[in-house]
This record gives sequence, structure tokens and C-alpha cells, in this order.
Amino acid sequence: MIRLEKRPQPSKAWTVATPILAVILTMIFGGIMFGLIGTSPVEAIRTIFWDPLFHPQFSGFSRPQLLVKAGPLILIAIGLSIGFRAGIWNIGAEGQYIMGAICGAGAGLALYPMESALILPLMVVAGALGGWAWAMIPALLKVKFGTNEILVSLMLVYVAENILASVSSGLLRNPEGMGFPGSRNLSQWSSSQNLELIPNTGMHLGVLAAFIAVILAYVLLTRHIQGYNIRLTGEAPRAAKFSGVSPARTILFCLGLAGALAGMAGLFEVTGPAGQISIDFGSGYGFTAIIVAFLGRLHPVGILLAGLLMALTYIGGELAQLMLGVPGASIQLFQGMLLFFLLGVDVLTNYRVRFGAAEVA
Amino acid sequence: MDLSAINPVLLVASIMISATPILLAAIGEMVVEKSGVLNLGVEGMMITGAVIGFIVAINTGAPLLGFATAAIAGAVLSLAFGVLTQIFLSNQVATGLGLTLVGLGLSSLLGKPYEGQKTVTLPKLDIPILSDLPAVGRMFFSHDIMVYISLGIVVAVWAFLKHTRAGLILRAVGESHESAHALGYKVIRVRMLAIMFGGACAGLGGAYLSLVRVPQWTEGMTAGAGWIALAIVVFASWRAGRVLVGAYLFGGITVLQLNLQAAGLTWGVQYLSMSPYLITILVLVLISSNRSRGSHNAPANLGQTFHATR
Repeated sequence: MIRLEKRPQPSKAWTVATPILAVILTMIFGGIMFGLIGTSPVEAIRTIFWDPLFHPQFSGFSRPQLLVKAGPLILIAIGLSIGFRAGIWNIGAEGQYIMGAICGAGAGLALYPMESALILPLMVVAGALGGWAWAMIPALLKVKFGTNEILVSLMLVYVAENILASVSSGLLRNPEGMGFPGSRNLSQWSSSQNLELIPNTGMHLGVLAAFIAVILAYVLLTRHIQGYNIRLTGEAPRAAKFSGVSPARTILFCLGLAGALAGMAGLFEVTGPAGQISIDFGSGYGFTAIIVAFLGRLHPVGILLAGLLMALTYIGGELAQLMLGVPGASIQLFQGMLLFFLLGVDVLTNYRVRFGAAEVA
Repeated sequence: MDLSAINPVLLVASIMISATPILLAAIGEMVVEKSGVLNLGVEGMMITGAVIGFIVAINTGAPLLGFATAAIAGAVLSLAFGVLTQIFLSNQVATGLGLTLVGLGLSSLLGKPYEGQKTVTLPKLDIPILSDLPAVGRMFFSHDIMVYISLGIVVAVWAFLKHTRAGLILRAVGESHESAHALGYKVIRVRMLAIMFGGACAGLGGAYLSLVRVPQWTEGMTAGAGWIALAIVVFASWRAGRVLVGAYLFGGITVLQLNLQAAGLTWGVQYLSMSPYLITILVLVLISSNRSRGSHNAPANLGQTFHATR
């Protein structure tokens, strides 16, 4: 008989090994899935994981895309992971991302066509504030009324999507756009454009911000009292309360930080790769970032690697759509499977598998 | 705007139609939560039910068979959640989110070839005599069979939880899994069954969307209905009767909002579309702030992992 025995401490080795095991399992079962829909499994897996980086023809275009896609994922996932560590489930990052983009773009467009080096920094601050404010709604409701933050933050995603649809055909619509919905192109206005810092690497300000966030999160969680309090709140809420950690302050801090980072990610996206506020601006980064946070074991360095891997499946997925004609949704399923397998094999981190009957205590 | 274009009889009838999917999903989730498990994958199970039900109905021409398969599909998908959370002891919140992502991906993969097609829908069932009543007949007694089945499920769940021994065991498992285990009840088995019942109900709710309410398959067609079902369980403070009230209330808001748009309300269509979500938040706040009936009714072990140590 197989039994599970709780480890006194989570296994260090398995903490590192489980994400890799999950990726391998996903490749196997994803391969079977591709086989079932009539694509060669080996070719599909190679197109997703290998060709974006090393294909002689496409890698020139897709390699820079890796950082472009990974930047927002990492930035959002870092914010989410800090909340998840404290047991605060903000799953509405998509809404905070959209609201950050709207607020940041709005602040910039209010000054159009002025030229100043201060406009982009102003927009970044406005974007972070927009995301922060949107995340403060579930935070304050939880603190004041004990409302479930999962449901509120998620409902606000649908609200944000409607606001996006409204402003892109109303308030922020390009007056010179001949009536089409969508704002002015921010990546073509020299004061607001967020260009590649190093040509042909995909490295823009948002990616830089993501890397800085990784370092700061690492310092926060391992070297700072606030980070210690957050981890304590997540692992032993009663102990945290007794040692004087205020649950309300932790909720406000975690949700606010996640919101601000998601808002910044939205702003960098709208001034760079996306270029404008339009109805289809929301791209699901906020939801994929949840997978990234878990895949990275809620650890900053892990999230950095997980973000790059997830970006690879995005680009590889697009390539597979183009080359092999696999449906776009299969990539979404692929990403979902990855999260599932990770959660499944995670049991090995916290439990030891024992064979044979239970010992008599 | 012409408010007289809104016919009150049709309005009530369409509220019942629009409430049925969330009612089915919510009553299933309530049983799951009563057993102490928080399954956030309702949206994923609903949309899988929607696509499977649609595919089966369009290929066999039998919508009822579509509903049955959708229920099975929902239950199978929820079984994956059950295995992960109950046997592999994974975090329920994360696994539920994963289930939603998997369900959304799976459904759009399966449903791609069926987009834009028409299916046979359920026939209206005119209950003899009652459906001939003026106004009231059209409002309440002239619906398809699933509307009545959903109401039947609510009554059955209420009776099961309140008046049967099995229902008592299920509630005991949700309130204190340690005590239930010590008494010799199979905590994992009870929870697995509850999870599968919830999955089947969510599948039925999804199929009702794609087979009766819309009736068509479009990618992501549940559009948050599963999450509203979760909110309704909180709104109902884990009581079957209140789930019914909650679902019809939200169905009402959705229909009213659509009717106002159809009646030619021109300003801010987007603001009307977001109203069901905003009202959900408002209701959650009102429920949570009311101490006498708020989150204190939640099953004590909701969302906690059970691992038998002895």
C-alpha cells in the first residue's frame, strides 16, 4: 500500500525538481494531446520549445519577443506571489493591468502633443496608481467588511474590460482616427514611447522594471521585516497575529503592491508593444501570471525563469499555429496542464511517499 | 427609450431562463462547499459542459442526451480537481483556478469546428391547465424541462442536507473533518462524491447556456457565470433556498439590463453590461458585513486540506 507521510520540512531538492518534472510531464501529455488532434507530437513540442530560440529563419524575430512577453508576466507574477505567500488571493490582476494602462495612457494623452522627458515617468506613476487604486477596492472591502477578495477582484476584471471598451470608443479615442475605436498611438509619440533599450533584444523599460522587481522582491522576502511578516501571515496566521502583525496592513500592502505592479505592466505594454488603448488590449497576461507565480514556486528567481518559460510557450504556440496549424486554444490548454501537473507533483515537496503498511505508533 | 416595449410576462419568463444556468452551478457548488471543499473551477466545468453538451446535441439531434453528457463531462473534469486536492493534497484555490484555465482551453479547442452552428433546442413543456392561466401560465408553467429539473435539484439538495443521514454526514465532514474521520466516516470519499456532484451540476448549467439560453456555441460564452455562481453561494450563506433567491435575483439583473439595452437605452451600454458584476460585489459586501448571517455560516473546514495521520 502506498502512503503519504508529512515531511517535517519541505524538501529542498523536490522544491527545485518538481517544476522540472511538471514541465516534462506536460511535454509528454501535451504531445499526446497534439497527437490526438492530428499533429506530430515531436514536431509540435519542438516548434513550441526549440524553434523560437534556434530556428535559423524565425529565431531572429521570435528571440526578442521572449523578453517582450516575459516582462509583463514577471512583473505581474512578482506582485501576485507576495500576496499568495500571505494567503491573499488576488486573481484580478488582469483588471489592474487594464486600469493601469488606461490611467497611464490617459495621463499622457491629456498632455498631447506637448514634448517633455517628464511625460513618460508621469505616465508610469499614473499607471501604477491606477492599478493600485483598482486593487484597493477588494483590499478595503476585505479589511472593512471581510468580503472575499477572490470574487471581488475577479468581478472587477469584467468591470475593467467594460471600462476599456467604453474609453477606447469614447474618452480616449483618437480624434484623428476617423471614428475608429482606439486611442492615439503612444509608441509613435516621442514623449510617451517605450522603445527597446538595446536594439533587437526586446529589452524595453517594462522588462527592466520586471528585473528590478525580481531583485527587490527577493530582498523584501529574505532580508526585510515586512517580507518576514508576510511569510509568517501565510504560514502561521495565528502566530503572526500574536506577534503583532496587523492582518489589515498586510492585506493592503500585498494587494496594493500587486495592483501597482500590474498597473505598471499595463502602462509599459500600452506605450510599447501594444501601442494604443483598444478594445482587445486585455491579453490575458493577468491570468497567465497566476500560473507563472506558481510555476516559479512563489520565489522571485523561480518566477523569473517561469516567466521566460511561459513566454516561450506563447511564442512557440504562435509559431505552431502558423507552421502546423494547431488551434490557438491548444496552447492555453497546454499552459493549464502545466499548472495542473505542477500542483499534482507538488505533493512530493511536502510529503514522503512510503510503501507498505503503516507502522504501529 | 421606450419602456413599454418591455413585456412584464416575457420578462419574468426570460428571468427564469437566464437564472437556470447559474442556479444549477450554484446549487452544485453549495454541496461541494458544504463538504468543506472550495472548488473555484466552476467556470471551467460550466464551459466544458457547454461545449460537450452542444457537440453531442448537434451530432445526435437529442438535446437531452447533450445534457446528460455535459453532466458526465463536468463530473469527470471535477474528478481531476478531486484527485489533485484530495489525494495529492494540492492547494484548493490554485487547483480550482487551474481547472478554470484548463476548462477554458479545452472548450475552445473542442468547440472550434462548431462555432456559429445551430442546434435543436429543448421543446417548451406546457404543463396542462396551469399553462393556460392568463399571464401566470406563460411566466411559470411554460418552460422547458431543465428549468423544472433545476428547481427539483434545489428541493432535493435541501431535503438531502436537512433530512437525511447521508446529508448529515456530508455536513459533518465539512464542519470538522478530523471528528468525522475519528467517527469512521470516509472523509475523502464523501468529498469526492460531493465534488463530482458539483461538477455534474456545473456541466448541466453550462449545457443550458449553449443549448437553450443562447443557443449556440461561442468561445468563452460563460463570461463569468461560474464566478457569479460562486458569489451566489456566499450570498446564500450556504442555504439551498437562498441559492434559489440569489440565482433568480441575478438572472433578473442580467435580463433587465439586456431589456433596457434592447429598449433603446443609448448611453453607456458598457455601464449596463458591467452592472451584474458591480451588483455582485455590492451584495457580497452587504452579506459579509452582516454578522448574523454572513460568513459565519461557512462550513468550518472550508478550503482546508485533509490528511489522515492515523
